[in-house]
Amino acid sequence: MDWSFIAEHVPDYLSGAFVTLRFGLYGVLLSLAVGLLCCLARFFRIPAARQAAHVYVELSRNTPLLVQLFFLYAGLPRVGVKLSAEACAVIGLTFLGGGYMAEAFRSGLDAVEKSQREAGECLGLTKPQVIRYILLPEALATAAPALFANVIFLIKETSMFSVLAMMDLMNVADTLRTSGGRTIEVLVMLAASYFIILLPISMIASLVERRLRRGEPGHQHSV
Amino acid sequence: MENLGISILFKGVNFQRLLGGLWVTLRIALITMGLSVVLGLVFGLMMLSRVKAFRVWCRVQLEIVRFMPQLVLLYIVYFGFARLFSLDLNGETSAVLVFTFWGAAEMGDLMRGALTSIPAHQRESAAALGLTKGQIYRYVLIPQTLRRLLPQAMNLFTRVIKTTALVKMINVTEVLKVGQQIIGQFYRQPDAAFWVYLTIFILYFILCRPITLLSARLEKRWA
Repeated sequence: MDWSFIAEHVPDYLSGAFVTLRFGLYGVLLSLAVGLLCCLARFFRIPAARQAAHVYVELSRNTPLLVQLFFLYAGLPRVGVKLSAEACAVIGLTFLGGGYMAEAFRSGLDAVEKSQREAGECLGLTKPQVIRYILLPEALATAAPALFANVIFLIKETSMFSVLAMMDLMNVADTLRTSGGRTIEVLVMLAASYFIILLPISMIASLVERRLRRGEPGHQHSV
Repeated sequence: MENLGISILFKGVNFQRLLGGLWVTLRIALITMGLSVVLGLVFGLMMLSRVKAFRVWCRVQLEIVRFMPQLVLLYIVYFGFARLFSLDLNGETSAVLVFTFWGAAEMGDLMRGALTSIPAHQRESAAALGLTKGQIYRYVLIPQTLRRLLPQAMNLFTRVIKTTALVKMINVTEVLKVGQQIIGQFYRQPDAAFWVYLTIFILYFILCRPITLLSARLEKRWA
């Protein structure tokens, strides 16, 4: 292991991690928004929007991100829609993530007892109030593990941004690998970088999940 | 509109070539899934084993596949192992190795979940009815485990299929690569790339959608 090589290239990995995290974060946030909208459209059976959401969710969940990115980046410009690599990255990740987030939200909403909603209506809450104060909080608590799993999944999927010639972690490592020949050092640093990024996210996830489970009937304080 | 790029798909054997490329990824996915089911059973039993070393091994393997993007694992095996152990694996073998490492861990975790989710009274009632140990497994435990496991295993299978798209990054000539070759051949047809990538997108959808649909139906019926 050549430690001076590793020390020399830490800044490269830092800038790669910054790209990975930045576009990963955009993708995650937009995915949450798209997923929530799709899920609500289906839950409240809004005509047209509901069908559109269904088709979208199925398309996004049954195709690989790599193919979606190739279509956006190399296919669409041929019919006059030119997008920058960054735009493709965010649109692609959101297209993929929105479907997964929609399903996670849906499993949460489905788990809310109907009586909860009815009780809210009986108390004179308006429909938006029922959504805001009853449905969403309860659904979110149930959906939290799936939502966090999706966040980790999406950050991992950003490794495919390298096909857009973006200098994310994956591409930084690949460039160093092909130019220097220090394959092992390059790969060890790559793996370590993803680990350092994802470990805190995973720890926050289990912390939040434990918080949310507290007070539930039958909840045990286990690790 | 005879110059529409879509026509190149039906020129000569282009469409068959794309299907051939898709078969390359599907074959990798099938081999991976076959191995993952067998090794996943071992993995699941190891997770439930009383031997601590087994449980620690499983834990480590699960964390690795949870934190590392599959692309990184592919790079480690394809480029890293060649350097480290002078082990020159071709792309397909590397892919099967990596995806099975991942699939067996996920499959094992699903098995563990399915096995532990069966309430103890099922086994106890069966024993009280005078069933032999073999009969308890044959008629009570295994059917219930399979019902819980099958929909989830099918979901895992679609994830494996989608992930095999990544083998393009380690120089396997799969459907995206074949698509690029076709686009290169028909460079005078400006919108060729659009139609080729759209077709690949649809092909993946046609491959995965029936499996997710069936999985959802089975899950609902057996829930």
